[in-house]
Amino acid sequence: MKHWTRDEMMTIAAARLLENGCVCFVGIGLPSAACNLARLTHAPDIVLIYESGTIGTRPQVLPLSIGDPELAATAACIVPLPEIFSYYLQAGRIDVGFLGAAQVDRYGNLNSTVIGDYARPKVRLPGAGGAPEIAAHARTTLVVMKASPRSCVAELDFRTSAGFLDGGEARDRTGARGGGPAALITDFGILTPHAVTRELTLTSLYPDVDIDEVRAAFGWPLAVAYRPERLAEPSDLELATLRALEARTALAHARPVELPC
Amino acid sequence: MSLSEHLPLVEALARFVPDGATIALEGFTHLIPFAAGHELIRQGRRDLHLVRMTPDLIYDQMIGMGCARRLTFSWGGNPGVGSLHRLRDAIEHGWPAPLAINEHTHAGMAAAYCAGAARLPFGLLRGYLGTDLPGANADIRSVTCPYTGEALTTVPAIRPDVTILHAQRADRRGNVAIEGIVGAQREIALAADCVLVTVETIVDELPPAMNGIVLPHWVVTAVSAVPAGAYPSYAQGCYARDNTFYTAWDAIARDRECFLAWMHQHVLATADHRDFLNSLRRNAA
Repeated sequence: MKHWTRDEMMTIAAARLLENGCVCFVGIGLPSAACNLARLTHAPDIVLIYESGTIGTRPQVLPLSIGDPELAATAACIVPLPEIFSYYLQAGRIDVGFLGAAQVDRYGNLNSTVIGDYARPKVRLPGAGGAPEIAAHARTTLVVMKASPRSCVAELDFRTSAGFLDGGEARDRTGARGGGPAALITDFGILTPHAVTRELTLTSLYPDVDIDEVRAAFGWPLAVAYRPERLAEPSDLELATLRALEARTALAHARPVELPC
Repeated sequence: MSLSEHLPLVEALARFVPDGATIALEGFTHLIPFAAGHELIRQGRRDLHLVRMTPDLIYDQMIGMGCARRLTFSWGGNPGVGSLHRLRDAIEHGWPAPLAINEHTHAGMAAAYCAGAARLPFGLLRGYLGTDLPGANADIRSVTCPYTGEALTTVPAIRPDVTILHAQRADRRGNVAIEGIVGAQREIALAADCVLVTVETIVDELPPAMNGIVLPHWVVTAVSAVPAGAYPSYAQGCYARDNTFYTAWDAIARDRECFLAWMHQHVLATADHRDFLNSLRRNAA
């Protein structure tokens, strides 16, 4: 019996993609867990930047929000928000942008704005935040999402952040200077863009996953590489580090706050 | 230039924030002026145009209580938890009143704040590239660079009638010092005609802050001492963010009646922020 979950494997697989020393603009949730797992295992010199302006932060527990006190207290420096977006992100000083979303399509475009029509939405989602410019300007982006026919869709209801638009060289015409999505990390395996068509293609699978199971989780006919790679299962160190991080986080977030009055 | 006034919060808001005003209660996760937002709800303010990058719980509450007619924003969720249910209900169902929206990205809002602070007509960025947002917000346009011919994105300057902030400290003259995550508070303060600040404490003299964020007294209209005025967000060095409250808000705000009952009990039926905090404590006990 396996002793890890696919959600854990997803976070671990995402963490493995981050190189030591890279400068990473971190989204909240799964991206934040993966980035901090990388920092606590193979990438101690990774520079984590959250859009609240905290640079080089080393949180002991995962933040609930993008601007928790833990991020500020453990940052190398804190800069104003216009500065992080103009002088760092737009200036091309970010290696990896790490994003999540509600919907992704086969070209790595993301929706975090609405389900349904914009003017009369069925579900109003939080919206863009920093994502559109992260997707445009980071040298590469990584997207992490659980795959399901609701999240991996043939057509987005709204394009909040650009991946490769409708494929091929379409992205180049937007003026976006970053390279676009390098990988979509799901709870089944990892998709990477085809060199020419830019369509996201299943190139690696988690140890226990069957390909038909993956196809069923996608709302478009999934492109699969010839002999996708089987990724190694989580190491004891990866699992122990992730679980300890999550346990510390749960404790910290439940701690009562003491007020000055 | 005049010193800023020291005023009780109730009086500052009654004097400077009329119905229909465009107001920004800023603070990026940190130093969100909850006490001021609650007081505006108590005073029954209506038809406000609310501006904030992340509406957060405070605008969820103000929108749900019918204070707003328009919202300019860039990310409207409960961070790390999920939806802002009152914001969603207003957009999806027009409850309690229809809410017009001007939707941006963080980078776009930051550029609009900077332009407002500099009294320029628009902010400039390489933004919204390849997205549907310009189709959803006609304010997002472009201009051709006169030097290179490149098309660049523009957003109109944001110039609130009133910006309201919370900070750790002010001094007797009304200079205000902000520490920790500073977001775009300085920019949106300087973009406004009127700046109201609630603070944890008022000190005789601020410690020297060579590179810290200080709003000098002549740009600040009024200062009000409101300890814990950012709760349930936080003030670095004073108290932590109450993540349990942010998580619990999801269930409170999901249902209209439950939300209204909570707001009546803890905001409308309380006299001020201290009373609000005590009411939460009684509830927890």
